[in-house]
Amino acid sequence: MMILMLTKSDVTNILDVIIKIIEDNRQYLTDLDAAIGDADHGINLDRGFKAVRDKMTQFLDKDIGTILKNVGMVLVSTVGGASGPLYGTFFMRMGNAVSGKSVLDENDIVAMFEAGLSGIKERGKAQFGDKTMIDAMEPALNELKKALSEGRNLKEAIGAAANAAYNGVLMTKDIAAKKGRASYLGERSIGHQDPGATSAYLMIKTVADYVDKLQQ
Amino acid sequence: MVGIVIVSHSKKVADGLYELADQMTGGKIRIGKSGGTKDGRLGTNVDEIVEEIKKCESGDGVLVLVDLGSSVMSAQMALEFLDGEYAGKVEIADAPLVEGTIAASVEASIGSDILKVKEVAEAAKNLVKI
Repeated sequence: MMILMLTKSDVTNILDVIIKIIEDNRQYLTDLDAAIGDADHGINLDRGFKAVRDKMTQFLDKDIGTILKNVGMVLVSTVGGASGPLYGTFFMRMGNAVSGKSVLDENDIVAMFEAGLSGIKERGKAQFGDKTMIDAMEPALNELKKALSEGRNLKEAIGAAANAAYNGVLMTKDIAAKKGRASYLGERSIGHQDPGATSAYLMIKTVADYVDKLQQ
Repeated sequence: MVGIVIVSHSKKVADGLYELADQMTGGKIRIGKSGGTKDGRLGTNVDEIVEEIKKCESGDGVLVLVDLGSSVMSAQMALEFLDGEYAGKVEIADAPLVEGTIAASVEASIGSDILKVKEVAEAAKNLVKI
């Protein structure tokens, strides 16, 4: 059996789809944010990822690590809300973890996701259960590692990770926010789905759907 | 003299606070400001924060004052983006933006060092008004 690897063009294709998915969900994410935050999550992310699309040709000839680092830098410079430094750090740390690579295997994917998530935790000083993007990302990473250690292939493992991220998003409805603007609402944020966890899930789901269609 | 950089989500807040602090210090110190995003939305602008810190550094360091959420993270990223020559010279105050900026600006204008200016800004948390 061939081991599935992600090439540079897979990574840039996934980025293209993420840009499109964020654009399609711009209003949805903003509406979620309007309920408990400052009503800009979808607008800000869309602004950032559109800037990524505009600037992507400038770093498309580089390795995967450099591409991801540049994506992070563009997000930091253009998003404007908390998701800028957070997703910016996420992509920059992912890029550092796969520096110089032109193809990614399972270990690379786990390592970059791990580096990205720890970057977000450091930057936002948040942890699982604070009603943030971490509530989707951490269960996804844990599930990815678990599935791979049980010998499941990358398609199955990333699919399972996306399901875990979705359950994490659903969980955010039942908890109070401890970080971000929503924390000003405290207990009154219960009942609302977290926009950051939702955008994180959308990105993970995009990767899962893309990988699922690849030839094994 | 220690420089001061004001970071807010709102350009109007940054401009207004700059006006207040400048009036109190009469042009004796460098005060920078970054409010809103590049394209005029509410939000923060890491690149501009980096530029303002550079403009306000005259050798004695710069204290950055921030408002909400992403201001803190954007200011931290700005510090990371700054070259080594700024290492240890730029601090972010854990202080209320308006009161902290005024207190820090006045302290800087009498020639205090960066740690004293930061301490005074952070003490503004305990200011009793009534």
